[in-house]
Amino acid sequence: MATPVLDKDAAGAPGPSSAESPYITVTFRVRRFNPEVSAEATWEDFQFEIDPKERVLDGLHKIKWDLDGTLTFRRSCAHGICGSDAMRINGKNRLACKTLIKDINPEKPITIEPIKGLTVLKDLVVDMEPFFQAYRDVMPFLITKDTNEPTRERLQSAEDRERFDDTTKCILCAACTTSCPVFWNDGQYFGPAAIVNAHRFIFDSRDEAGEQRLEILNDRDGVWRCRTTFNCTDACPRGIEVTKAIAEVKRALITRRY
Amino acid sequence: MKIHKYDTVIVGAGGAGMRAAIEATKRSRTAVLTKLYPTRSHTGAAQGGMAAALANVEEDNWEWHTFDTVKGGDYLVDQDAAEILAKEAIDSVLDLEKMGLPFNRTPNGTIDQRRFGGHSRNHGEAPVRRSCYAADRTGHMILQTLYQNCVKEGVEFFNEFYVLDQLITETDGIKRSAGVVAYELATGEIHIFQAKSVIYASGGCGKFFKVTSNAHTLTGDGQAAVYRRGIPLEDMEFFQFHPTGIWRMGILLTEGARGEGGILRNKDGERFMEKYAPVMKDLASRDVVSRSIYTEIREGRGCGPEGDHVYLDLTHLPPEQLDAKLPDITEFARTYLGIEPYTDPIPIQPTAHYAMGGIPTNVQGEVLADNTTVVPGLYAAGEVACVSVHGANRLGTNSLLDINVFGKRAGIAAAEYAQSADFVELPENPESFVAEQIERLRTSTGNERVAQLRRELQETMDANVMVFRTEQTIKTAVEKIAELRERYKNVAIQDKGKRFNTDLLEAIELGNLLDLAEVMAVSALARKESRGGHYREDYPNRDDVNFMRHTMAYREVGADGTETVRLDYKPVVQTRYQPMERKY
Ligand SMILES: Cc1cc2nc3c(=O)[nH]c(=O)nc-3n(C[C@H](O)[C@H](O)[C@H](O)COP(=O)(O)OP(=O)(O)OC[C@H]3O[C@@H](n4cnc5c(N)ncnc54)[C@H](O)[C@@H]3O)c2cc1C
Ligand code: SF4
Ligand code: FES
Repeated sequence: MATPVLDKDAAGAPGPSSAESPYITVTFRVRRFNPEVSAEATWEDFQFEIDPKERVLDGLHKIKWDLDGTLTFRRSCAHGICGSDAMRINGKNRLACKTLIKDINPEKPITIEPIKGLTVLKDLVVDMEPFFQAYRDVMPFLITKDTNEPTRERLQSAEDRERFDDTTKCILCAACTTSCPVFWNDGQYFGPAAIVNAHRFIFDSRDEAGEQRLEILNDRDGVWRCRTTFNCTDACPRGIEVTKAIAEVKRALITRRY
Repeated sequence: MKIHKYDTVIVGAGGAGMRAAIEATKRSRTAVLTKLYPTRSHTGAAQGGMAAALANVEEDNWEWHTFDTVKGGDYLVDQDAAEILAKEAIDSVLDLEKMGLPFNRTPNGTIDQRRFGGHSRNHGEAPVRRSCYAADRTGHMILQTLYQNCVKEGVEFFNEFYVLDQLITETDGIKRSAGVVAYELATGEIHIFQAKSVIYASGGCGKFFKVTSNAHTLTGDGQAAVYRRGIPLEDMEFFQFHPTGIWRMGILLTEGARGEGGILRNKDGERFMEKYAPVMKDLASRDVVSRSIYTEIREGRGCGPEGDHVYLDLTHLPPEQLDAKLPDITEFARTYLGIEPYTDPIPIQPTAHYAMGGIPTNVQGEVLADNTTVVPGLYAAGEVACVSVHGANRLGTNSLLDINVFGKRAGIAAAEYAQSADFVELPENPESFVAEQIERLRTSTGNERVAQLRRELQETMDANVMVFRTEQTIKTAVEKIAELRERYKNVAIQDKGKRFNTDLLEAIELGNLLDLAEVMAVSALARKESRGGHYREDYPNRDDVNFMRHTMAYREVGADGTETVRLDYKPVVQTRYQPMERKY
């Protein structure tokens, strides 16, 4: 499909200026879908110039702002902490704002698709509700049984704090869950992100509902569905060792020690 | 169009909104409307910490904290509010810990604390360890913990609902809040939320600058919505420029980096802050450090081929310390600059960071229609509001504190008001303003484009009302903004659909930014002095005789429909502390 090109001067986009310009020409091949227009999803190519040290998100903005305002995606922080813009970039789940164009082989067309396994609503926007429901289902909040709240803070040793540090980093971007073949086949599976967030509480020395959470994850759609394919760990933009966390939950289920 | 009825409606699900929601949901039927999924809010970007005089690692008390806050704000702080902030800080940190927040710990298991700019022992003697933190993702942990507790309390969220108008009904000569109008992103439908209480917690407006630490979505929608309905905006000329943004990108590198021992250096490797702030050095307050950086750059001691930045040097700190205390920001340097902070200094420049001004409130979070009159049923908390605890310059770690202390207060006050109040009648055709705005944008055949106008706005703001300002530069900005507002009338969008029309919303957000940029520039032009974040080269001194007062900006619409900003002033509340010269 032809790319609609605006007159560059009218758009006023910062463009290549000098001879030793850092700009290169790239092609973004974007999976597009808008049920208001057509029931079919299609690929659309956009060609433009950009400094390869910029983010894929900057490229998407270039398209949206200067070429085609209908291109639709979520984003907010633009530096990898809000979890809005997980997408499949060259076949791998990544955050568009944490992926530099130079690192993903810009000589070839860069493919950009919505994350898999959640219903696509428009272009790169998917329905996140089932993902958040699975998260809410593991009771992701501190539960304590003490009747009198302590007046000061609860004490926790640095070692106990370290025990669940990795899984506190989660930004609920869904990159892990939507890279998981088990989840693609069966949307009922809790998915790695929910397990990561259960881990965050099960291994918190202050929490007293570990047993309950483990029972939830012992379910048919729980941790035992995991096939240890490591896709989730590879996908996680926060560098969380997702597979390891799942393994620790499995072990806790067997030994009932955590 | 759908009509909903709730006791309390909260606009925004960042730290302030969710802290309010936890309280309001326990006391009243509450809905939270948020344009982002709650966990996407920009509170999650906060890194360094949250101040509270817990005295876990060294002697400290809330009175010292109050003093630092007042001095840091260059005495434009309302001292009664600052005292509440510092006193209630202790419980608000402990509340978060009890809700599950995983703070870093001391060897004996209590919450650990670290140094931060402007926080001192005994009225400026030496830096003090007052910032409670969770590595360099304190805001992330606060946002997650508050969301987790909202899940626990069953808080009702309307995600991806954009509040675009405030409904006000005048009865008995009093302006009252009747509810809000929201636009549902997924469907394009307009919703009216009639509510006894409305709390704005919709965050900042930093997106009118180009180099900024703020998210794309921080477009001042809340401030603009109430301003258009005749509510004033307070102290909008005061904007904080954080010293250490990643060069050209603006991504923040926390002051905690300097709290851990990081040093700013110019191109000669000199630790230049020793010259400007002999005692606090690199940890002087942010306005002072940002100006010092630009002074170095202007005097030719900046780094790089264009001499347009300086370095944040962490190379003398042990890698284990960087990994344990500053993992995220060191990763930003690697990801976005390809730099290894263990061995190489990081290029930085000041970045537009925080709006000290906003919707005026009293200490219960009640919004003011003028210097004293409360708008019944209308509340605000967090960065959108101006209590004013930050005055002319906010201290680091005082905003995460502000959103917790005043978020909680507003949540309680709004819900209690709703328990006793009746619904206020909706104005006729409550949706008309939003419906017309959307219709106009969808059908416009004009030739102006949102992205182009936004770029021009950001460029003029960066060039003319950033760290250094003069009559001349501000006037340039005022004229440019007027031109852009005119051209905005001809803006057209390409997406004409109803479903997830982010093209349309970006156009609306730009309109809000233009309104607020005008207020900021006009307020800055009138303040012929230098104070905190507002630095006038043509008036380099603080002028307590003429300007020890808050700016109150009102929108005026003339008979012919022309809009202007009218300025008025409000006295500063002073209790304990007499203004002194600020030295660090
Ligand atoms: C990078 C960075 C680091 C920081 N570090 C620190 C720190 O270490 N310590 C500290 O004290 N402070 C820090 N700050 C400042 C502090 O984080 C913010 O001021 C504070 O988190 C703001 O919280 P908030 O709840 O007011 O707004 P936000 O968290 O920005 O939330 C705004 C909410 O409003 C919603 N919203 C906006 N517009 C609309 C609309 N039209 N309709 C419906 N909903 C809407 C959004 O969806 C969002 O949920 C930092 C700020 C930044 C940018
Ligand atoms: S575990 Fe990682 S990939 Fe999965 S949701 Fe959390 S941050 Fe995203
Ligand atoms: S935009 Fe926030 S994670 Fe990418």
